[in-house]
Amino acid sequence: MNRRRRQVLKSGSGVTLLALVAAAGWLKPGDASAQSWNKAAFDTKSMADTMKALGGGEPAQSKDIVFFQTPDIAENGAVVPVGIISNIPKTESIAVLIEKNPNMLAAVFDIPAGTEPSISTRVKMGQSSNIYALVKADGKYFVAAKDVKVTIGGCGG
Amino acid sequence: MADPMKIRATLVGDATEIKVLMSHEMETGQRKDAQGAVIPAWFIQNVTVAHGGTTVLAAQWGPAVSKNPFLSFKFKGGAKGDKVTIVWTDNRGDKRTDEATIV
Repeated sequence: MNRRRRQVLKSGSGVTLLALVAAAGWLKPGDASAQSWNKAAFDTKSMADTMKALGGGEPAQSKDIVFFQTPDIAENGAVVPVGIISNIPKTESIAVLIEKNPNMLAAVFDIPAGTEPSISTRVKMGQSSNIYALVKADGKYFVAAKDVKVTIGGCGG
Repeated sequence: MADPMKIRATLVGDATEIKVLMSHEMETGQRKDAQGAVIPAWFIQNVTVAHGGTTVLAAQWGPAVSKNPFLSFKFKGGAKGDKVTIVWTDNRGDKRTDEATIV
């Protein structure tokens, strides 16, 4: 009798604690992964749709965006180095798009003031394709493209 | 819990150069296993680099970023001995925080 009472008390208090935590907003389901990830933009399949999802219009071609460390021919599509420098003043963000991947958008980097508008990373490419560097500067969008040939694809098997 | 990130933070002139290598599968969700079942996507979605309480880089990634992602960039305002904190979150809600000292 006594033991059962204890169990009831125990489980009861457990439930209230959880309920309290949930009520206080500490345990919002799925909240951990929802930290400002632009799902709409990452789901797009064309440049126009990506621009729409990012909230911009047609980007202007720019010669002030420079690729570095990016090969003309990538032997392994699973690991293609991409480096992008933006020489456009007030660069706010740099995005990497790969034209022929299942979803074009690969990555978006927000560049706060004080950080150099230059990033370097590695991406996967399913096949030979253009890589676009999309730069947002002072509210406007600019783009530059580089053609990269892939010998072995990196998406799917 | 994923393996720790390898972070290098070096002072170059007046800028701090960050190089980071993360340990993550970065599964695209496009591949199939031997039975033909789709391997669910599993990738880092958000990366934040902070120095002294200020965010110096915030990135959103899709599954097209390579396995064991590499990232490098520079920011101004760092000094030797300062701490740099990097946090990533993946689409399963997993999170990893690592810290490095600027040298």
